[in-house]
Amino acid sequence: MAKEKFVVLESTCVPLPLENVDTDQIIPARFLSATSREGFGDNLFRDWRYNKNGEKNPAFVLNDPSFGGRILVAGKNFGSGSSREHAVWAIYDYGFRAVVSSFFADIFMNNSLNNGLLPVVIPEDMLGRILDLVKKDPSAKIRIDLEKQILKVIPTGEETAFSINAYKKECMLKGLDDIDFLLAMRNEIDEFAKRERPWL
Amino acid sequence: MKETLFEKIWNSHVVRSINEGPDVLFIDRHYIHEVTSPQAFNGLRARGVKVLHPEKTLATADHNTPTRDQHLAIRDELSRNQVAKLAENCRENGIELYGLNHEKNGIVHVIGPELGYTLPGMTIVCGDSHTSTHGAFGTIAFGIGTSEVEMVLATQCIMQPRPRKMRISVNGKTGRGVTAKDIVMYIISRISTGGATGYFVEFSGSAIRDLSMEARMTVCNMSIEMGARGGLIAPDETTFSYLRSLSRLNINGDTEAAIASWKSLKSDEGAVFDKELEFDAALIKPMITYGTNPGMGMGIDELIPSSDTAGGNASSSFLKSLGYMGFKPSMKLLGHPVDYVFLGSCTNGRIEDFRAFASIIKGRKKASGVTALIVPGSKRVEEQMKREGLTSIYEEAGFEVRQPGCSSCLAMNEDKIPEGKYAVSTSNRNFEGRQGPGARTLLASPLTAAAAAVTGVISDPRELIND
Repeated sequence: MAKEKFVVLESTCVPLPLENVDTDQIIPARFLSATSREGFGDNLFRDWRYNKNGEKNPAFVLNDPSFGGRILVAGKNFGSGSSREHAVWAIYDYGFRAVVSSFFADIFMNNSLNNGLLPVVIPEDMLGRILDLVKKDPSAKIRIDLEKQILKVIPTGEETAFSINAYKKECMLKGLDDIDFLLAMRNEIDEFAKRERPWL
Repeated sequence: MKETLFEKIWNSHVVRSINEGPDVLFIDRHYIHEVTSPQAFNGLRARGVKVLHPEKTLATADHNTPTRDQHLAIRDELSRNQVAKLAENCRENGIELYGLNHEKNGIVHVIGPELGYTLPGMTIVCGDSHTSTHGAFGTIAFGIGTSEVEMVLATQCIMQPRPRKMRISVNGKTGRGVTAKDIVMYIISRISTGGATGYFVEFSGSAIRDLSMEARMTVCNMSIEMGARGGLIAPDETTFSYLRSLSRLNINGDTEAAIASWKSLKSDEGAVFDKELEFDAALIKPMITYGTNPGMGMGIDELIPSSDTAGGNASSSFLKSLGYMGFKPSMKLLGHPVDYVFLGSCTNGRIEDFRAFASIIKGRKKASGVTALIVPGSKRVEEQMKREGLTSIYEEAGFEVRQPGCSSCLAMNEDKIPEGKYAVSTSNRNFEGRQGPGARTLLASPLTAAAAAVTGVISDPRELIND
């Protein structure tokens, strides 16, 4: 099924300079009881974003009106922990289309790519400079060009190449879906399933 | 060509390799549960596709189910709906469901092995990161997201980039009171929660060989907490004896012939790993975590580090973490009051875990200030506890044994730890709010949890073991 395409994204960013942000922080388990994919953005970073009375925590970046945009810039090892895809749905539903960090957890990375959210891995020192810059100047924009695989910090001109596997890049650029690809392989899969594996 | 165990299993399941892309991997067993599957079934409906191999799929309800009065309707409407949806989806697609109140119900990673569905050499996936548990049998087992659940339901295949290979060897003898949980928590404390990201880990060495199957499951279960895609252990006589002891194996044909074929499942002598690590079992103490990720662990009689350590936590993240826990750098944890104790989860919810906990509480009483959640991993475990007389030991010591499920490990049901309270937990994650908003989790083994439960404070289990 077709998904939103990702080609070039130029946007201001939301800085989250914390390391090891796990998927329980992104979307706490008590919000996982829904049976559809929509609406998780309301509870993105729920326990950091709201205090226990349900009021907004003014100290949290999503509640700071100076920051906004479609790119989340986060400390290293982002998305560790639970495999819940709800974490990606929440980030996407909130409005982000890319997450920039120096290191992502594996399952989070796969889940992102399967949902049109681009994870961009950049060097740790550059990540530090972006976080500092955005803190000082929330209007600073970043440009992510998926075709060229370049991330550029507009005000400073600093840029870096990032990697993504060629197949996934193609899927993101064209808004394609793995399942359509696999459904088209049905005969090949059926042949494979018939191979002799005596104990299965 | 010399191959690692991981390569042998992976290569034999590749349907197609995509140039500069992922491999298309055939999946032998797909476990599903109520929380990460409904959107996948919705996706199938939208595509007009049915489940390709329902006979390779097995379902259970575990994540949001209550641990008391399971015969009554689930009180929370959303959870009730989710469990009902699972039943509906399974019925519609011909998938076996061991739902709530079924005699085979339990945590997905507990029932798969105990019911003979997890077998050496398989590829296994589930929409749950602790699917790595099944690696204890010499399988490639890993957690997936819901889009991938849909992918496997529709095609019995998954597209995955090939992970790198790591071997972690633990050699030597562990000391008294040191369990499989302590071994794996020790490794994570050394290499951090991102230390194995991008890798599939093979655990080996004499200390791993010496472990029972249940203990091996505990080790593989937490391989995700070091960032690994999964962890596995080569099957050996311990594995085969365990499999022979099960009432039924889900195989076609003769068990002994299958076992003979599983004997080739080991890394070849001289096979190359991308990374090798080695640890000395003798250096491992009973472990406990002091922070908000599983890498922030230490020996129970040690002091919280004064600043960032091997975990590589930046100062602000480190201090934020200690602040959440209400701890200070260089503080001692022994003697610190404990409010809750949780025994259970896919990490430590098997019969040996309940025996270990019982070995300490037997003849003692639960400390009055402690609320205990004792939650078997499955109906089978619950039944076996009764048969072995463990349930009476718990009751005599003042503990209530609950009904099976994931419970307080992720607190999707009512089993939440209140804000600010300290819980010594045998589960796998001590993230902020994991066991309830504001809850403070200290991960530990069943022995250490039992020691806390009877003393009311963090205690060294080595001082309470009844020899």
